[in-house]
Amino acid sequence: MALKKLLATAIVTATMTTAGIANAADTRVGLVVKALGIGFFEAAAEGAQEAAKELGDVEVIYTGPTTTTAEGQIEVINSLIAQKVDAIAVSANDQDALVPILKKAQQRGIKVMSWDSGVAPDGRQVHLNPSSNALIGEMNIKLASDAVKATGSDSGEIAILSATPTATNQNIWIEEMKKVLPNYAGLTLVDTVYGDDLADKSYREAVALMKNHPNLKAIVAPTTVGILAAAQAVQDEGKIGQVYVTGLGLPSELAGHVDSGAIKSFAIWNPIDLGYSATMISYNLVKGNASDSEVGMGRMGTAKLDADGSAAMAEPFIYDASNVHKFAEIF
Amino acid sequence: MDGIMSQTTQAKATTGVSWTSRFKTWEAFLLLITAAVFVLNTLASPYFLDPWNLSDATFNFTEKAVVALPLALLIICREIDLSVASIIALCSVVMGLLAEAGFSIPLLVLGSLIAGTLCGLLNGVLVTRFDIPSIVVTIGTMSLFRGITYIILGDTALKSYPSGFEYFGQGYVYWVFSFEFVSFLVLAAVFYFLLHRTNFGRRTYAIGNNPTAAFYSGINVARHRLILFCLVGLFCGLASVMLTSRLGSTRPTIALGWELSIITMVVLGGVNILGGSGTISGVVIAVFLMGMVTFGLGLLNVPGIVMSIIIGLMLIAVIAMPILLRRFKQRRS
Amino acid sequence: MANLLKNRETQLAAVIVLMLVLIAFVNPDFIAPSNLLSVYTESSILIILALAQMLVVLTRCIDLSVAANVALTGMVVAMINSQYPELTLPLVIAAGVVLGTLLGMINGLMVWKLGIPAIVVTLGTMSIYRGIVFLISNGEWVNSHEMSLAFINTPRTEIFGVQGFAIISLLIIAAIYIFTEKRPLGREMYAAGNSPTAAFYTGIDVGRTQFWAFTISGMLSGLCGYLWISRYAVAYVDVALGFELQVVAACVIGGVSIMGGIGTVLGCVLGALFLGVINNALPVIGISPFWQMAISGSVIVIAVIANSRAERKVGRIILRKATLARG
Repeated sequence: MALKKLLATAIVTATMTTAGIANAADTRVGLVVKALGIGFFEAAAEGAQEAAKELGDVEVIYTGPTTTTAEGQIEVINSLIAQKVDAIAVSANDQDALVPILKKAQQRGIKVMSWDSGVAPDGRQVHLNPSSNALIGEMNIKLASDAVKATGSDSGEIAILSATPTATNQNIWIEEMKKVLPNYAGLTLVDTVYGDDLADKSYREAVALMKNHPNLKAIVAPTTVGILAAAQAVQDEGKIGQVYVTGLGLPSELAGHVDSGAIKSFAIWNPIDLGYSATMISYNLVKGNASDSEVGMGRMGTAKLDADGSAAMAEPFIYDASNVHKFAEIF
Repeated sequence: MDGIMSQTTQAKATTGVSWTSRFKTWEAFLLLITAAVFVLNTLASPYFLDPWNLSDATFNFTEKAVVALPLALLIICREIDLSVASIIALCSVVMGLLAEAGFSIPLLVLGSLIAGTLCGLLNGVLVTRFDIPSIVVTIGTMSLFRGITYIILGDTALKSYPSGFEYFGQGYVYWVFSFEFVSFLVLAAVFYFLLHRTNFGRRTYAIGNNPTAAFYSGINVARHRLILFCLVGLFCGLASVMLTSRLGSTRPTIALGWELSIITMVVLGGVNILGGSGTISGVVIAVFLMGMVTFGLGLLNVPGIVMSIIIGLMLIAVIAMPILLRRFKQRRS
Repeated sequence: MANLLKNRETQLAAVIVLMLVLIAFVNPDFIAPSNLLSVYTESSILIILALAQMLVVLTRCIDLSVAANVALTGMVVAMINSQYPELTLPLVIAAGVVLGTLLGMINGLMVWKLGIPAIVVTLGTMSIYRGIVFLISNGEWVNSHEMSLAFINTPRTEIFGVQGFAIISLLIIAAIYIFTEKRPLGREMYAAGNSPTAAFYTGIDVGRTQFWAFTISGMLSGLCGYLWISRYAVAYVDVALGFELQVVAACVIGGVSIMGGIGTVLGCVLGALFLGVINNALPVIGISPFWQMAISGSVIVIAVIANSRAERKVGRIILRKATLARG
C-alpha cells in the first residue's frame, strides 16, 4: 500500500537523520514542581536559572503538571527520562506514587533529588528541606500564638488550613506543629481542613472554619495558596481584628492583606534560594561532588545530610508590616 | 444533518470483511495523520525514535486504551459511560484493602475485576430497568463511586501491595514490549473479533442503528446493554490493576479526569457518538495517534494543558473535516 | 400536565425545606436568615450557570465547556483589570460578557452549521478554552492585590443587606423566566427539544435555536467569569475545574430532562439551591468533606430515577422508543 511505503520511507529517513545528532555538553537538570503557575514555584525557577547562570554549563528544564496530581508529575518525569536529562529535582505531590518512576529514572543513570515536598527515600538520593521541619512547625505555632495575642486575649482556638491531604511536606509540618502545641498552653487546635492548593476550595474551607468555630482566633495556613484565600475570606466575612491569618506565604501576594489587617505576620524561606540550592545540589550529584554526609549548595553553603539523605537549607524568615513591602518587590 | 446513514457506511460498519475496502475512509484518514505526526515528531526531537522511549510512552495510554475498547462498543450501542475513571479508582481501593488483608496477587486481580463488573452492573441496571439516559446516570455514578473511595480512604493511601504485583504495570514481556502494551494488543485483537466477526457485534450495531427495529427483530436490547455496561466495568477493573501496579499505591485521586481522554480516543477513532457506526481499528489508530501526539509534545516539554488544546482541536478538526469535504464536493457537483 | 410539573417543583422544594430542618437540629445557626442569605449568595453562580445550561439541554444538546468559558473570560477580565486599572469596571465586565458570548457562538455554530454532536464539540472546546487560559496567562495567577478594589468589591456591595451576587442572580432568573415563558425564541427551544421533526414542520429551525441556546449560555458564562474571579479574588488556570458537571447535575435534579423539551426555571433554580445547601451544609454539620462527593452522586442518581418516573407519566411511552430510534 502507498501508505505503508510512505511510513517506511519516513522511518528510514528519520533514523538516518537522528543518528548524527550528538549529545549537548550541558548538564541538564529537570526541575519538576507541584503544578505550574503557583507563585512560589515560579520564584524557585528563577533561583534555578540563577544557579544555571552561575555554573555556566547547566540547562534547567522547568516543568510540572497543570494540576497538583501525582499522575501529572509521572507523565512529566516520563518525558524527562525520554529526553535523557542528567538530573531530576522534584517537589512531589505524593511521596509514594512517584517512587516507581523515579526508581526507573535512577536505573537509567539519572540522579534524582527531591526538594520542598519529598519522596520516599528509595526514590531519591537527597532530599532538601527548605528548613528543618521541626523549626517550621515551631515557627508556625509561634506565629499562631502571636496572632491570638493580637486579638487581645492570651488564649484562643486555632485551626489549620492545609493543601492536599497527600502532600508530604504539609503532613510533616502539621505533625511538628502538633508536637510543639503542648508548650503553648493557651492555644487549642480545633480543626484541620484541606484546600487542595485550589483558591476557591481553600476560600470555602476558610469560611466554613469561621462559621463552625465562632471563637476561632487564628487560621494557620502553611501553604501560599491557602494563606491567601484565608486572608480574603477573613476580609469578606468582616472578621478583621477578630481572626488573624498566619502561616507560610509570599510577601508579594500577601502585602495587601498585611495592610488590610487580616494578617499580622507570616513566614517563608526564600523560594529563589530554594530553587538555587536544588539546582546546585543536582549539579553536584551529577558531577560526583557529593559525599554521604554533605553536598555543596553554592552561595547557600553546604547542606549536611542525615542518615536518610535529608538536609535543611536555612531558617524561615518572619515578615510583617515593617518589611513585607520591601520583600514584595523580590518575590 | 440527521442520523440517516448512507448505504455504504452501513455496509462498512457491519461487515468489515475486506481490508482494503474498509481502509478507504476514516481509518485511512487517521493513519495518514498518524504517519504525519510520526514524521513531525522525529524531526522535532532526537529522542523520539529510541525504542525504550517509545516503550515508555506507551505506559501513558495503554490503561486508557484498554477501557476505550469496550467503551467503543458501548457508544456504538448508543450509550455512554462517564463513570469509567471513578470505577478505576474504586477498583483500586478494593485491591488496596484486599492487599492489606493479606490476599495473594491472583485474588487481588480477581477482586478488582469483580468490583469493576459490579459497578458496571449498577450502571447497566439503572439504565435498563429505569430507562434513564446513560449520560445522567453515569454523571451521578461518577461522583458516587469516587465519593466512596474518598470516604474509605480520606486522605490516606494504601500501599501494602505484595512484591511481584508491580509486574502488571511495570513489567516487560519481551525486550521493550511491556506487559501493558502486549495486553492491549491482545485485547484489541479480541475486541476486533468480537465486534466485527460475531453475532454479538452485529447485534451491537443493530441496536445502535435502530433500537426499535432491533427490539422487534428479537434482540434482547436491555440485556445486551446490560452486558456491555458490565463489560466496560470489567475492563475498568483490569485497567485499574495495571494503573495501581504502575503507581505502586492507591489514592482517591487516581485516574482523575480520565473519562474525557478515553471518550476522546473513542470518538477520534471514528465511532459516532450518536451510535451505530465505528470500528475497533479506528479506535486503535486513534489511541496511537493521541499517544504519539502527547509523547512528542512531552519531549518538547509542552505543558499538559497546551497538549489538551491540541487534542481538543484535533478532535474537532478530525470530525469536521469529512463533513466539510462532503459539503465542498456537493457544491462542486 | 401543569399539575404534574407543579408537583415536581413542590416535591423538590419540600425536600430542601426538610434538609434545612434536619440541619437546624444539629446547627441551629444554619437557618438564621442571614446565613440562609449567604448560602443563597454562595449558590448564585451555580444558579446562573444552571439556567444557562437548561436552555442548552432543552434543545437536546449539552454544554460541557461552561466551566472553561468561565475560566477563560475570568482570566481575561482579571488581566485587563490588572494591566489597565484605569478602565471603568462596566467596560471590563462588558468585555468579558462579549468574549463569553463569542465562545458560546463558536460552540453553537459548529453544532448548527457543521452538525457535529454537541457533546463532541463541547468536549473539544472545553480543553481548548481552558488551554487558552494557560497560554494567555503563561500559567501565572492574577492575585487579589493586582486587581482594583472596584473589581473585587462591586459585587459585594449590599443593597438592603443583599449582596450584589444575589441581586444579579435574581435579575437573571427573572430574565430567563420571561424568555422561556413569553418570548418566541424561548418557546421554540422547548419545541425544538421536545420534537425536532414537528418543530421543523412548523417552521422552526432547530439548528438555529440550538445556536442561540449556546450563545446565551456563553453570554451568561462570560458574566459568571467575572463574578467567580471577583468572589474568590484570584484568577488562574484551574478556576471552576470540573464545575460543568455540578451545573448539569443541578439541571437534572431540577427536573430538566436530558432528552430535551422538559424543564422549568423554578425547577432549575431549586436544583441549584439543593446542591448549594448540601455543599454549604456538610462542613457545618460536621460531616467530613470526604462524604460530599458520594452524597452529591447519590442525590443525582436518586433525582434522575425520580425524574424518569415523572417523565413516564407524561404519556410519551409510545413516542419514546421512536424518538430513541431516531436519536
